[in-house]
Formats: sequence, C-alpha cells, structure tokens
Amino acid sequence: MGNDQKLPQGRLAMASYFIFGVTLLLLIGFWKLQIIQSEHYTQLAERNRIRTLPVIAPRGKMLDREGRVLVDTYPSFSVLLLREDQKLLEQSLPLVAEGLGMPIEEIQQQIEASQNIPKFQPLEIKPEASPADVAFIESHRADLPVLELLLVHRRRYPADGFLAHAVGYVGEVSEKQVDGSNGKLRPGDFVGKSGLERQYNEILMGTDGMRRVVVNSVGKEVEQPEYTEATAGKPIKLTIDYDLQVVAEAALAGKKGAVVALDPRTGEVLAMSSHPAPDPNIFAVRVSREEWQRLNDDPDRPLLNRAIQAQLAPGSVFKVAMATAMLESKAIPENFSVYCPGYADFYGRMFKCHVYGKGGHGQVELHKAVVQSCDVFFYNVGKRLGIDRIAYYASQLGLGRRTGIDLPGEETGLVPSEEWKRRVFKQPWYAGETISVAVGQGATIATPLQLARMVGGVALGGVFRQPHLLLEYKAPREERFPLGENTTEKVTQAMFGVVNEGGTAAGSRLEGIEFCGKTGTAQLISGEGLKKAGRQRRFTDNAWFVGYAPRRNPEILVAVLVEHGEHGSSAAPVARDIIKAYYDKKGARQKQQFTVEYKRYEVGEQAALAQNKSNAPAR
Amino acid sequence: MRDSVRYRDFDWTMLLVVLAICSLGITEIYSATHKSALAGMHWRQLWWVLMGMGCMLVISRIDYHKILDQSPLLYLLGLGLLVLVLIPGVGHMRFGSRSWLPVGGVNFQPSELVKLIIIIVLARFFSEVRTERLTLVDLAKVGMLTGLPVGLILLQPDLGTAMMTVPIAAVGAYLAGIQWKHVVAFVLIGALLLPVSWYLLKPYQQERIHAFLRPEANPRGSGYQTLQAKIAVGSGGFWGKGIGKGSQNQLGFVPVRWSDFIIAALAEEMGFAGVLVTLLLYMFLLLRLVQNAQRAKDRAGMYIVMGVAAVLGVHVFVNVGMMIGYVPVTGIPLPLMSYGGSSTLSVFLALGLVMNVRMKRFVN
Repeated sequence: MGNDQKLPQGRLAMASYFIFGVTLLLLIGFWKLQIIQSEHYTQLAERNRIRTLPVIAPRGKMLDREGRVLVDTYPSFSVLLLREDQKLLEQSLPLVAEGLGMPIEEIQQQIEASQNIPKFQPLEIKPEASPADVAFIESHRADLPVLELLLVHRRRYPADGFLAHAVGYVGEVSEKQVDGSNGKLRPGDFVGKSGLERQYNEILMGTDGMRRVVVNSVGKEVEQPEYTEATAGKPIKLTIDYDLQVVAEAALAGKKGAVVALDPRTGEVLAMSSHPAPDPNIFAVRVSREEWQRLNDDPDRPLLNRAIQAQLAPGSVFKVAMATAMLESKAIPENFSVYCPGYADFYGRMFKCHVYGKGGHGQVELHKAVVQSCDVFFYNVGKRLGIDRIAYYASQLGLGRRTGIDLPGEETGLVPSEEWKRRVFKQPWYAGETISVAVGQGATIATPLQLARMVGGVALGGVFRQPHLLLEYKAPREERFPLGENTTEKVTQAMFGVVNEGGTAAGSRLEGIEFCGKTGTAQLISGEGLKKAGRQRRFTDNAWFVGYAPRRNPEILVAVLVEHGEHGSSAAPVARDIIKAYYDKKGARQKQQFTVEYKRYEVGEQAALAQNKSNAPAR
Repeated sequence: MRDSVRYRDFDWTMLLVVLAICSLGITEIYSATHKSALAGMHWRQLWWVLMGMGCMLVISRIDYHKILDQSPLLYLLGLGLLVLVLIPGVGHMRFGSRSWLPVGGVNFQPSELVKLIIIIVLARFFSEVRTERLTLVDLAKVGMLTGLPVGLILLQPDLGTAMMTVPIAAVGAYLAGIQWKHVVAFVLIGALLLPVSWYLLKPYQQERIHAFLRPEANPRGSGYQTLQAKIAVGSGGFWGKGIGKGSQNQLGFVPVRWSDFIIAALAEEMGFAGVLVTLLLYMFLLLRLVQNAQRAKDRAGMYIVMGVAAVLGVHVFVNVGMMIGYVPVTGIPLPLMSYGGSSTLSVFLALGLVMNVRMKRFVN
C-alpha cells in the first residue's frame, strides 16, 4: 500500500474526543433533569397520573312529623365524556352518539361550549343515564374509553307539586355561591336553591367524599389508591303532617292561592300549600333554559310561594285587628254601635258596605259587625281610632313584618301609617285613606302566614309563636302582646259567630267542633299596584279565610287565600276540610285507629329498587 | 487455519458491548409493553437481534473491497428502492410518511438500507480522492451523491431519516481534509437559508420546533411528547422507580415508549444510574469503532467504519438529546435499543461491515 493510504490519525483521535465530549454533554443533561430537578418532575408525574373525583354525598331526606318520607334521593348515573385525547374523542363521537341515542350535533355543541374548561375535567354530557345507556357504556369499556359513568344522587320530590314550595328545590351551585363558600362548594355541586332545601342546605348537603384514581394517558382509570367515603347529608324532620298536607293540596286543587295550617300554641306549621305549583323534580336533574323561562314568565307565577310571598290586601280579615285595637285602646266604648244603610259618607266621598245594593246591616255593634263583616261599622271605628293607632295595633299583632318562618324569601307585607306615606311618597296622609285601611284595603297588605299568626295570637290572648317547619327548631321565638281577657273573649266570640251564628262562613260549620274564623274579600294588589293603592280600584276579588279551633287556645289554625275567589265564603271550605281532617285524625288516634291511611309515595319502592342498582359495580 | 484466525480477529469486545445494549433494550421493551396489548414484543425484538447477528456474520465474511466494487450498482439499487417506495400502492403510509415497503409480509424501510449504501458509496469516493485537501469540485460530487437519495427520502416525507444521512458525508469530508474556508462558507449559507427553510417545513414540523423551543406553552398539544418524556426522565431520579414501576411508562404517558422514546422509559425506571450505564456503553461502542477505523488496512476501510460511527453516533445523540430537550422531537429510533426490524437489521449489517474491515487488516 502506498503512501496515499496513510490514515488521518490526528483527525480520528479528534473524533474520539468529540464522542467523549458529546457523551458528557448528554450526561449533564440527564443529571440536570434527574438529580437537580427530580423533585419538580416527580410532582408533575404524580399530578399526571392521579385524578381526584368526587364521591357525591346523598342529600338528607325530609320526613314529616311522624317520620314519613316526603323527599328522598335515588342513585343515578351521569354519563361523562373524557376529552383529553382529542383524536380518540373525534373518532368515538359517532358511536357515542348512536349508543346514547343523542344527536351528534348536540354532543359537539356541548364540547364546543366547554372549550374553556380544562381538558382533563370530564364533561357531563348526559345527566340521567338510562339502564340501556349504562349497559352500553359497560359493554364498550374497551373500545370506547372516552365514556365514563359517575354515580350521583338525584333528589326525588313528591309528584304533582305536593308541598313543593315549602320543600323548594336544588340546582347547580352558582359561581357567586362557590366564591362565597370558603372552598366548601365546588362548581357542579347541587345545593338548595329555594325553600327548605336552601334554608337547611348545610344539614341536608353532607360532605362529598373523594376518590383518587390513577389514570393512564388517555384518562382511563386503572387503579384506585385512595378512597374517602362521602358523608351523607342528615335528614330533617318537618312539622308538616302528611295527612293534613294531603287534605290541603286536595282542597286547593284547581284553585290559585295558598293554605297554611299551623298550631298557634307552638308555631309548628302542619301544612303549607301554594297553587299553582311547579314540579320540583324538573330541577333535580338539569332544568332546561326554556323550562326555566316558561316558569318565570308564567303569569300565574308558579314559583311564588303564596303562603309567605303573596302580599295582598287582607280585606275583612283585618277587622280582627281592628276589633282588637278598638277594645284594647279603649278609645271607643265597647258598646259603640252605628247604623249601616249599606254605605257611609266620609269626607265627601261615599264608601260602600259589602252589602251595598242589597240593603244594609241596620244597627250594628262590634259582635254583629264581625259576624256580618259590616264595613260601615269599621269605617267608623277606623275614623275614630285614626291611622296611627291602627298602625300601632296592626304592627303589634305582627303585620307589616316578617313572621320569621324558617323559609327564605318571606315577604314583609305593609301596614300604612302617616310616617310611612311621608317617607315613601313624600305626601301627607289623607283622612279618607284611613277609612279604606280600616277594612283591610288601601295600602294594607299581608301574607297568608302573617294573618295566620295574627289570628292565632289574638285567640291565644296575645301570645305569638314564630312559625316554623323544622320539627326540632331550637327555641322558636315567642312574642307577647298581652291582650285583656275581655278583648280576647269578645273577639273570639265574634269569630265563633262568623261560622256558627249565621255569619259570613256559616256554610262551613262543623258539628261538635268550636270552629271559628274570619272571612275576607279583597282586591289583588301586586307590587306595582301598591302605588295605586289609594284609589279604590276593583280587580277580581280575592277570597280570604282564617279559621281555627277551638275558640280559645286553638290547636289548629288554617289561613286560606283563594285568588279571584270572589268572596271569603269560597275560602272557608278549604279551612274546614283541613280542620275536620285534623279532628278526625285526633279522634282516630284516641281510638287507636287511623282513618286516613298513609299512602306511601312511590319513594319507598323506587328507593329499594335503586338500592339494588347502586350495589351493582359502578365501574 | 484461515478460519481460526478470522474468529480470533472478530471484535468480541465490541460484540459484547452491542449485546449489552440490546439486552437493556429488550428489558425495557418488555417493561413498557408487558401489560399492554403489545405484550410479547420483546420476543420479536430478540428475534431481530438474532437475525441481525446472522446478517453481521454473513457480511463480515464478504471482502469489503468486493462490496466497494459494486457500489455503482448498490447506489442504483438504493435509488430504485427509494423511487419504488414513493409509488402509492407499492409503498405503505405509516405515521404520515410513505416510507415502508412490504417484503414477504414484513414492512421494511428502504431508507435504512440506503444509509448503508451511502456509507459504501462515499467510502469509495473519498478513498479515491488522491489529494490531501478536498476541492470544491470534490465537495460538489459528495453533495450530488448524498443529495439525490436524501431528496428522495424528503419526498416521503421523512425529514428525520434524511437528516441522519448527512453526517456520513460530513464525517467523510472532515477525514478527507475539508478546507476551513469551505466549512465557514457552508455554515454561513446554512444560516442564511434557515429562515427560508422554515417556510419549506410542513406545519407539523414547525409545531415540533415550537414545541421544542417552548414545550410548556402548550402542554396538551404539540409540546405534549417533549414534556411527558421530560417528566418521565426527571421523575426517575438517581436509582429510578424500578423496572415495570415507572408510572409515566406503564400508564402510557410516554409516547411510543418501546421505540423512539425507549430511553425516556429507561431513564424513568432505571434512573440516572441506568442512563449512565447506557450512555457509557454507547460511548464505548463509538470509541471502539474509531479505534477500528484507526487500525483499518486502508482508507476505504476507515471511511466505512467512520461512516458507520457517524450514523450510529448521530442517531444516539439526536434520539437521546430529544428526551432532555436538546433536539426537537424527530421520529428516529435509538440504534440497538428501540424496537424495530429495519432499524435493528441495518445496524447489525453496518456492524458487519465494521467486523469485515477489522478482520481484513491482518490479511494481505
């Protein structure tokens, strides 16, 4: 071999050094990652593989005073869509849509709408999975890893809006609530939105558990290293008597209005109903925007709990307050009497009695005035008492302020006064307005519950118990405005007369029961109607009746409002039915037998079924 | 007598190092796939290694001068295969590139074979350069010889493999005595062409470069692979999580962990200690190749061995470098460790050439 075949040994040696250098460089890179930044990457690796999923705590049940289930929960599956693997997701969509029986566009829309939610958070595409959906997902675990099932507990409310307003409903927590909860609530949680669900949300809600699962790179769970049991919400026992509630709902069926039955001695609400009522079950899953809009736009306002939120002129029921004021203030002699020709003139204006056009009440004193509900008598009483005295007594009897019932959203009602008119309208009080107020018209407004509390308090001689729905309510507030024995006796006698002495509610008499009460007829005054309150414009009349038994120390009191019921005598039968049911039940209990059989809601049965379902493996 | 001499001259040390690397690879392939649908893959890899050793033996027995003599024919054969693979219906698409030819039920990549052919062709070319310095004309010829197959590979398109052939020419030119002024000129031209070539890149390639420069910017998108590989490597620590116990590896966060990303899987499960052993083995192998080149009988032999070293070295550097963020993600395997028939066989064929050169040094 010639000289030309001499190898470039120098350059080859350089290559060796180069190889050595590059190896060193690579090792430095690994050293940096594996030794210096090891902790950082270890954390990232942990975060990669461990996903925390909530274990939803079932909400506590609501029971009636005898322990019968009114509201409970049932287990249900939500279909989750894992979105981490975009390509896999797109490939799987047609099969997913077909299997779940959903239009593919709907799923795509949902994915589109949640672009801003981090990809590792699964998307709830179908809240209520049918058994077929569950079977589909279980059988396609291998080829459709984008689908996952989450066990949730849905609220089950009684059907047909039974007790709907008092119970309220749950819904997905709002962003505001999440922010204000100190980390207790997470987006997607279900919380009480109204009624008792909201009032006692903390008791009912329980604490969600958590499941820390190891997931693989496409987000599939591969093992469960940690599991914290959910703490179920506690049940609450209500003061509601299922049997009376059934009667109340039935008596109010087809009407628009409210009923509240309570024990004035304790303040325990035995029945509360408002019609029309929504079906709260529609809120238990996911209420559609259209449904929600429809409920809100409904002119009958089904979401309003009329028992505590309808603020209407009390009409002649207010005469109970007037009679009490007259006797307590002693500003007018007890035997004060007027002649009623069917109308009266005050300040150059004619005020009609309700019997106007059909003659008059003739000579009327207090007892007869209450029994016959003579307006002319109370116009005169009002004129003599003056607005401030009326306002004082009405307020003392609890009107114009909340009763403090354990429900959110209670309205205050209004007792007008000179001071109020000056403050709100910057106008002086006109004497003519006092005449209207004296018969529960004008600016006076009250809720059914306020009237219930007032009448009950008067019948108890001036003891007012805070109405409440939770059976174990801690120390219900008690207000005392002691009335003279004479006052209580006279006013309750008059209310006894209303039912039993051919008064305005004579048709509702109950044999053997000291059923007392007061009817009322009043115009509907809505929020904005308040301003027009001074003018005596007639809308369709609302019918009121507040009845109770027995005459002194009543055990049961029922306030009834029937909107557009024309006259109080159409509201009285509702109260009569409930009070009769109360006594029937009491009699039966004394005889150790029940006449009203507890028709268990399908709640029990379905819960048992669902129990079996939940025992099946969820994964 | 002739045979006994041959086996004594066989580079047993190098073979030992190669087999050590292969067994690390097979272990990690087993660990990465035994729980998945790909279980059993390590047996197939073991089969490829055995086949590779067979090929190595065969190649080492053919006088490399005879192979060099056939280089024009080999060159044409290589170009033919590269053209064939581009024809739709003949070449198979996989991972977006038409770079696979089905041969007897097995898919093989002609570009792997073409690397070997380029090594032989360039070895012959450089060995015939009689001057101590390469002229521009020589460089132009090198550019032509290399550029044609590289261009065809780019059409597949397979940028990664195409880039891997360039170092053969570069190392050859270095050893043949490239002039500094030419190096400087090439670097300048390259720097000027960089912005232009950016626009020639496909969008996914631009994405990869973005992802390489800033992997954290889009951890769920294009930076995903780099980031997941880094997490696997970083979380391995010094001793690793243990074979079969790396969460990034076992749960599939590391992409193609049995193939291109096998070193990330190894780094996670065997830690820095495992990486150190692996890289030292590779370094030893490469240094051994250089040593064999130094002792080659003639320049042609040296160029063959150094061509092999260049290809292996650059594969190792790019593959390992992309795990730790030195290099953008490129679809190239780690020689002798990554699962794959074409890659394993071609590496053993290349090592067969090296053995061949080594054994000829004692023969006249």
